[in-house]
Formats: sequence, C-alpha cells, structure tokens
Amino acid sequence: MPEALGLQHFLLVGAALFCMGLYCVLTRRNAIGILMGVELVLNAANVNYIAFSRYGVGGVDGQVFSIFVIMLAAAEAAIGLAIVLGIYRRSGSIDVSQMTSLRG
Amino acid sequence: MVDPHHAAEVAVHSSQLLRWIPFIPLLGAAVNFLLGTRIQSRAGRGGVAAVAIGSSLASFVLVVISFFSLLAFDEHSRLVIDTVAPWIHIGSLNVDIGFQFDPLSAVMTLVITGIGSLIHIYSYGYMDDEPAAWRFFALLNLFMFAMLTLVLGDSLLLMFVGWEGVGLCSWALIGFWHQDHVNTTAGNKAFIVNRIGDFGFVLGVFLLFWSLDSAGQATVVFRELPALVGGLDGMLLWGVPVVTLITLFLFVGATGKSAQIPLFVWLPDAMAGPTPVSALIHAATMVTAGVYMIGRLSFLFAMAPATLEVVAIIAAATAFFAATIGIAQNDIKKVLAYSTVSQLGYMFIAMGVGAWAAGIFHLVTHAFFKACLFLGSGSVIHAMHHEQDMRRMGGLRHYMPRTFWTFLIATVAIAGVPGTAGFFSKDEILWNAYLHSPALWFMGFLSAGITAFYMFRLVFMTFYGECRADEHTREHLHESSGWMTWPLVILAVGSLFAGFLGVPAALGGSNAFAHFLEPVVGHMEHSGHHSLALEYGLMAASVGIAGLGILLAWLIYVKKVFSAESLARIGGGWPHRVFLNKYYVDELYGATVLRGTMGLSTLFAWFDRTVVDGVVNGSAYVTRIGATLSGVFDFRVVDGLVNLTADAIHAFGGVVRRVQTGSLNTYLYVIVVVVAAVLFAGTWK
Repeated sequence: MPEALGLQHFLLVGAALFCMGLYCVLTRRNAIGILMGVELVLNAANVNYIAFSRYGVGGVDGQVFSIFVIMLAAAEAAIGLAIVLGIYRRSGSIDVSQMTSLRG
Repeated sequence: MVDPHHAAEVAVHSSQLLRWIPFIPLLGAAVNFLLGTRIQSRAGRGGVAAVAIGSSLASFVLVVISFFSLLAFDEHSRLVIDTVAPWIHIGSLNVDIGFQFDPLSAVMTLVITGIGSLIHIYSYGYMDDEPAAWRFFALLNLFMFAMLTLVLGDSLLLMFVGWEGVGLCSWALIGFWHQDHVNTTAGNKAFIVNRIGDFGFVLGVFLLFWSLDSAGQATVVFRELPALVGGLDGMLLWGVPVVTLITLFLFVGATGKSAQIPLFVWLPDAMAGPTPVSALIHAATMVTAGVYMIGRLSFLFAMAPATLEVVAIIAAATAFFAATIGIAQNDIKKVLAYSTVSQLGYMFIAMGVGAWAAGIFHLVTHAFFKACLFLGSGSVIHAMHHEQDMRRMGGLRHYMPRTFWTFLIATVAIAGVPGTAGFFSKDEILWNAYLHSPALWFMGFLSAGITAFYMFRLVFMTFYGECRADEHTREHLHESSGWMTWPLVILAVGSLFAGFLGVPAALGGSNAFAHFLEPVVGHMEHSGHHSLALEYGLMAASVGIAGLGILLAWLIYVKKVFSAESLARIGGGWPHRVFLNKYYVDELYGATVLRGTMGLSTLFAWFDRTVVDGVVNGSAYVTRIGATLSGVFDFRVVDGLVNLTADAIHAFGGVVRRVQTGSLNTYLYVIVVVVAAVLFAGTWK
C-alpha cells in the first residue's frame, strides 16, 4: 500500500460522505430520500471504523462495529420503508413536511 | 302441721319414662301441625284424629304405669325425678329442665290424660264437619303438652312455661273459628286478662327468688324449696312479711288462670270456643292450674295466714256471685261457665282454709262431672245445629236419651246429692270451711243451694217440657254418635263413683285420697274441738238446701207453680237484671280499666306526637342545616383546591406542547444543532 494514501484520506472520504448524507437528510422532503441520507451517514461511519481498524487503533473492533452498523442499517431501512409505505397508504403522500399529525 | 317434704330427704327415684308423658302429645302436635293437611286430605279426618287420640292415650298409659310404680314405693319416698337437660345456670340461679312425679302430679296427670283422652275421642264425633280438624287436634295435643308440663315441671320456671303454654293454646282454641270476629275477640280477652294474672305470678316468682337469695340460698326447684323457705320467716318488705307478698302475687296469677274475682270475666266469654275445648280447658284442666299451684306451694302458703284469709274470702265471694249469675243466664254454655267459676271458688275456699287435699279432691270430682256436663251440652248443641239458647230447647230427653241420662247424673253430682262425687268433695270443703269460720261455710252453703237450683233449671229447660225448637231443627234432632256418647257414659260413671276415693271418716271411710296426697301437701290442724254430730248436721243442712234448690227448680220450670217471669219481677226486677248482666262487671271494667287505659294511651299518643316527634324532627332539622353548610364548604373549598391544581397543570401543558411541532425537518435541525453545540462545547473546553 503506497505511503501517500494515509488515514486522513479515508477520514476525508468519510467526512465528505457524512456531510452529503446530512445535507440529504436535512433538505429532502421525500421520506425515502431522508432514508437514503441516513444510509449515507451510516456508511460514512463505517468508512471511519474500517479506516481506524486498518491503521492500528482498537484492533478488529472497528470491523466488528461496521458489521453491526450494516446489519442495523438493513433493519432500519426495512422498518423505515415499512413505515413510509404505511404512511403512503394512509395519506397518499410521503412528503415529510405534511406529516404533522404528531404536533403537540 | 305435718312436714310434707321429708320425702325429699329420702332416696329419690328417677325414671326416663317421665319425660315421655308430655313429649308424646308434643310429638302428636308436631305431626299434625306439619303433616296434618296432607294426612287429612289422604286419610280424612280419621287420620289426624287417630294421631291425636293415639298420642293422648299413649300418654295416659304412661301415666298409669308411673302411677302404679309410684304406689309401690314407700309412702314417704313417693317422688320420681326425670332431669332432661340443663337449662339456666346464671349466678345463683340453677334450673334444669326436669319433671317430677309425686302423688299430687299423679292425681293431676291422671285427670289431664284420662279425661283429656275421653275429650279427644269425643272431639272426633263433635268436629265431624270441620275442614280444619287437623289444626284443632294439633292444638288439643299441644295443650295437653303444655298442661302436663305445668303439673310435671319440677321448678317454678318450668311450671311457668306450661302456665303460659296453656294460655296460648286456650287463646288459639277459643278463637278456633276465627272467621267470626266474636270468637277472636273472646280469645283476645281471655289472653289479655290472663296476662294480668301471669304478671302477678311472675312477680311472685321473682320476689320469692330474690328474697331467698338475700336470705342465703336461692332456688326455684320445688323439691329444694321447703328446706329453704324457713329462712323467709320474719323477713319484711315495705313493712309486710315477704311471704305474704309472694303468696299474694302468686294468688293474683291464680285468679287469672282460675277465673276468680276480679279476673273471672274472661271465662264466660271463652265459651265462644268449640265445646270440647270448653270441657277440656275451661272446666277440667287449665282453669284448675291455680288450685294446683297453691297445692304445690302449700308449704309456702301455710306460712302466710293473711294470704290464706284473702284467698278464702275472694273464693267464697266468687263461689256465691258466680252462682247467682248462673241463675239468670239463658245460654246453656254460659250457665256452665258461671258454674265452673263458682266451683273453682269452692276449690279456693278449701285452699284458703288450708284443706289442700279437699281442694284437690274437688278438682278431681269437678273434672268428671263438669267435663260430662260440657260434653253433654256439646251433644245438645250439636244436635240443635249450634243453637245454644235454652229458651229454644225443651223436651230433648225423648230425642237424645243417652245424653239426657248422663247429663242428669252429672247434674245430680254437681248438686251434691248424697253418694255422688260432688257430695263427698263439696262436704269435705264445707266442713273444713266451717272449722275455719262459720261465715265462710254459710257462703258455700248458700252457693250449694243456688248451684242445685240453676243446674236443675238448666236440665228442666233443656230436656223437659215441650220442644220449643223450630220445625226444621226438630226434624233433624237425633242422638249423637257413639264417639260422643261413650265418653259421656264413662264420665257419668266417674261422676257417680269418683267420690268414693275420699269418703270421710265420719261416714265410715278412710279418706284414702287425702291420705295419698298427704306426703306432698300435708294438712293443717284446726284448733278447737268438733263433734261428729256437728259434721252430720252440716251434711244434712247442705243436702237439705240442695234438695230445696232442686224442688224450687222443679216447681218453677216443670210444674210451673210460679212463672219464671213473675220471679224475675221481684223487687222491681232489678235483682234479675243485675244477675242477667253479670253484676255489670264487664261494664265496670269497661268504664274504669279500659277507658282509663284508652285515655292514658291517648295522652301518651299526644305526648309522642308533639314532644317526642318534636325532638326527633328538631334534630332532623338541625342535621339538615349542618349538611347544607358542609355541602357548600365541600363544593367551594375542597373542590376548588382540586380544580385549581388541575387548571394549573393544564395551563403549563398548553405552553409546553408547542415544542412538539410534528415537523420532521424541525426535529432533525434541532438534533443537528444540539449535537453540534455539544461537540463544540466539548472541544472548546
């Protein structure tokens, strides 16, 4: 592995991914878009875990955590999509700005 | 005086048989009360009658067996005890439910079960068209139970149970035909008048117990009493010897139950009941309870000469006045009722002069002839379709010979014709009365003459002369069935021969009856000498006046030498009116006791309505005002605080809920900002 490619490069990719994900989450009005943003944020975290694991911090803990996160992301996506489907059936729309029935 | 109670000190016999004497009639009553309607609808009247007669006869057989086993004992140990169960044990009061059988109980139970059984049998014939025969027979049996408890009970308390029991049965049987208001009223009158007497009786028992207790040892058991009452000697209450008070209270009880002045008014009205009831309860047994009670407590009465004086005077007055009332009555049963009151007076004369055995002896003979007379009159009434007025009878001896002959025999016996039962017992009493005071004897002597007169007046008006009944009744006149006439025959035989139980020494007898009773009742010795000639003379006098009475009745009502109407007009007619109206005693009681009671209760009612109700209503008003005030406080203050708390929380919630916008984007922005702020704060530190 060439020296030029170090830990901070991976962390930069992770940070970029995180920012794109966060931007997606905050700006999307489509519920599925928000879910996709969340996936990006999670994967940004995964990249960081793997990078730390590879560059000798915490042993294999980072890899184990990333597997957990992937599994969690799958479950979250499944449940999130089921909820979105339910909302669509109920109101005919998946626009989160209109989902205000939980207002106090 | 012979101490009657050393019997208690020798060996006491005990027998489990005794309890069945009263219990068998009780069983009979229970069967007929519980199953009577069913038995009567399946087996007819005969079924219920068989139960009643059977239990009465079984009881009689037991009495006879007990009697003979009693005779087998030594004269002074004739006492059989049967203690059934413990009863009351409180403080110094110790009473068991127990029965005792001694010569006095033996005589009483023989009369009750013997004559009672005959009357049961008679009732089967008499109540031949009675739909509620089961109730009648059940009550008769219940009465037998109560009466047997009265005479067999070994304590004053158990005696009182029987005493009240017979009163209850008397009430129920007088009003047996309760569809007719007159009958129930008569029953109530009997019950209420008896209650007055019973109150006296209870007071007597209480006072006896109380004073015995303060003298050392208290008891109400008969066999223990004689040894203890000596302690009452010299004890005073309100300045009067306490024994005198006790016996006077007890005598008040006796005047109620045994129809003496002043409480005799219920007995003539009690004739509203069926005639067998009059014979059993109001002639032969229940009304003699007072005589029995005095006989049972003779040792106590012997200690109170003043009470005995009162008893004798009241008894002589009752005997005389009741006899005079009997002259003017036209209802066949009313004549017999006043005759009963008068004869009970004789018994109490005997008790008052201390001739206990003579009184009990007259009780026995009277039971025979008066039961026979009542049952005979029942036979007549039955044949006459419930006509009781003698003015519409007459000539019945041709239609009902057996009733006539038995009735005549009993009349002869009550009139005291020599050789009959009434002669021996009445002369025994008159003789003892004379020894005590010739004035008493004279009252009894006059009453004997009047008795003979009114009884033969009854016989002549009913059985002799022309029949004055209407056509319809005359066509149906008939002799009663054997169920009714055979008991009459047996009772008539008894009326003739029962007197030979107690033939006095003066007539060559040994007075076995008095001798038999002596261990229980003893006898009082009379001071002063008396000659046989005097005794014969008195006998001749009473026979003479009885004969005079009979002759007079014959002249007036058969030969019609004088007309009864002209006799009634003697003295301006007022004596007849007084007799006919029973000395206006009912009216007197009505004007004094009844109106007094009514006035008092009106006063009490007014007091109750204005004062008592006023207090009650006032307290209710105060409570209501209090409740209103309390309600206002509750509503304003308590509820106000609770609502205030709720309102405060509501207002706060209204502010805070704004945070929950429901907008997902907002939440996300907030999260990001907060996380960023936290991170920033963390690094900045």
